[in-house]
Amino acid sequence: MNHDETQPGYTEGPMHSTAPVIDPGMTFASVTDKISSIVLKRRTPLWWFVGFVISFILFQLMLLTITQLVFVGIGLWGVNVPIAWGVDILNFVWWIGIGHAGTLISAILLLLRQRWRTSINRFAEAMTLFAVAQAGMYPVFHLGRPWLMYWLFPYPNTMGIWPQFRSPLMWDVFAVSTYATVSAMFWFVGLIPDFATLRDRARSKPFQMLYGLLAMGWRGSARHWHRYEMAYLLLAGLATPLVLSVHTIVSFDFAVGIIPGWHATIFPPYFVAGAIYAGFAMVLFLTIPLRKVYGLEGFITMRHMHNMAKVMLATGLIVGYGYIMEAFFGWYSGNRYERFMIWNRMHGPYALYYWALILCNIITPQFLWIKKVRSNLLALWLISIVVSIGMWLERFVIVVTSLHRDYLPSSWGMYQPTMWDWGMFIGTIGFFFTLLFLFLRFLPMISIFEMRTILPEATEE
Amino acid sequence: MADDKDKSKEVGHTNVGDRPVYPALRDRESVAAHNPVPPLTHAHRRHAPPLYGVMAEFDNPRDLVAAAHRTYEAGYRRINAYSPYPIEELSEAIGFTHTHLPLIVFIGGLVGAIGGFFMQYWMEVIDYPLNVGGKPYNSWPAFIPITFETTVLCAAFSAVLGMLILNKLPQPYHPVFNAPNFALATRDLFFLVIEASDPKFNHGEVVEFMKTLNAQDVTDVEV
Repeated sequence: MNHDETQPGYTEGPMHSTAPVIDPGMTFASVTDKISSIVLKRRTPLWWFVGFVISFILFQLMLLTITQLVFVGIGLWGVNVPIAWGVDILNFVWWIGIGHAGTLISAILLLLRQRWRTSINRFAEAMTLFAVAQAGMYPVFHLGRPWLMYWLFPYPNTMGIWPQFRSPLMWDVFAVSTYATVSAMFWFVGLIPDFATLRDRARSKPFQMLYGLLAMGWRGSARHWHRYEMAYLLLAGLATPLVLSVHTIVSFDFAVGIIPGWHATIFPPYFVAGAIYAGFAMVLFLTIPLRKVYGLEGFITMRHMHNMAKVMLATGLIVGYGYIMEAFFGWYSGNRYERFMIWNRMHGPYALYYWALILCNIITPQFLWIKKVRSNLLALWLISIVVSIGMWLERFVIVVTSLHRDYLPSSWGMYQPTMWDWGMFIGTIGFFFTLLFLFLRFLPMISIFEMRTILPEATEE
Repeated sequence: MADDKDKSKEVGHTNVGDRPVYPALRDRESVAAHNPVPPLTHAHRRHAPPLYGVMAEFDNPRDLVAAAHRTYEAGYRRINAYSPYPIEELSEAIGFTHTHLPLIVFIGGLVGAIGGFFMQYWMEVIDYPLNVGGKPYNSWPAFIPITFETTVLCAAFSAVLGMLILNKLPQPYHPVFNAPNFALATRDLFFLVIEASDPKFNHGEVVEFMKTLNAQDVTDVEV
């Protein structure tokens, strides 16, 4: 319980907006019943089926693409020398970037004692997990022979050799697999007390048993809570540097290479900021319709929308700074290849992508300075879509325009994604939403026990 | 507040539940009266249904924390409290302030760090030295990212598994689940238990004591 809060549910300080982080009329019982009923009620809303079926059909597109890819080889995608990393690798970076907002919300904002995170962290963590699942598939299928994927891991083998640990691509294997594992554990630990709530509230035997198994006999003992809180805090402390390391290492995949446009020291912080930027855009994109259809305005309030918009604006400015610095480095380096790279980005065959990126990622978020825009859900939703597209374009610009014209004009080339590239991308979007719809139906999308801690009943002395 | 609780009934030292609580308690008291050796021991349980402890029920966190403080001050040590959300003062109130978890996580992280680095060192320097771009075999700065990842991975596993093992979870069965209303411990009710294994446990005294704690209800919990 917080002693320093005079008005429960509100944050202190003149700089904050006074919109509550939770509807002040909520009680332990009403919070529990409201959130658990979304999962436990028998009737599934029609729109859920509509959304799920559409996602599931798109998901089949992914399976089709993968099947075709495994039979034919990655020539199916538009990748070829010099652009061996095409839309597949940029989609990997795009998806994993989206995941970062979930960890930021659940871990970093927990350590910073931002209590408004409570109503969106479970959902954002689920988003992280599902986005990382999509991300992981791209490099694996880009290997060409994905069935030999286990060669990436150091295991004793008959060839007597080991992976090359000096390569950022190996770092990436460890970073992404650690990130996926730790995110999954963090998510599951957060769910244990809520599984217990669902176990005790479920009326049908199979669900009582299912949630009972997952709750592992959780009973809310004070001793358990004490260790639980400690474990949760430590996990948050571990996830915080982890999330920063993951996108740093992803940026090393590029920055360690000597290609102009990749070989830049600004990449790690610029990638991390971009990841958070894209991730918050995705959280906004998903929560704005969700809170509406599930009637969760009492939990995910305008305060959350304002805060997320502000985080998006701040990280967008950092990303904008990154773009400006890239151009500045190119000019200031005095290196003709670096200068050509920047000139080529702005005026070359892919110039349209570059200027679209500037429009999406630097110009559009400036509207978020205006409070009226931040209060307008439709505007926020549209901006979040524009930013998501912008972040995709950013990775396109980094991956493709840097590779397509490097040092030797004789090795220049052009790149065009094929329909299978789009099939894989749209397919993973389908898979992502399939997982998300299942999550919404079977697991509480808001952390019930953490919501109880911010209720007036819990905070009043 | 729980909407399924009748607020018109007096909350306090008397039984407000609709369950027959006191007859059971009286039986036990009469048994205790015939048996001159309190506290309740394992030998005693052969005669009466085995008792896990006595449980008091509260409808708000303040009463529970106050009751936990008073119970601890009264000298009971084998006590536990149950709440729907973590209450910092509560574990302190029942005298549980220290956990080895941070140490376990630290050791886990240390194992991850040392193991991760020397895994790479052994593979790249001892088992199969390979000259890559003229870099030294022990190019330790290049080993740091993976060392960091294994550190975090092992520490996170230690945190999760350590928490579960120290909490003795998974534990499908526990006597407190037998208590009426305990299903609401994951919704909006708060419970305090004095376990029968407490050296100071005397059934009659404990029940009388718990009735003074501003509880909504006092019940026996059988093993």
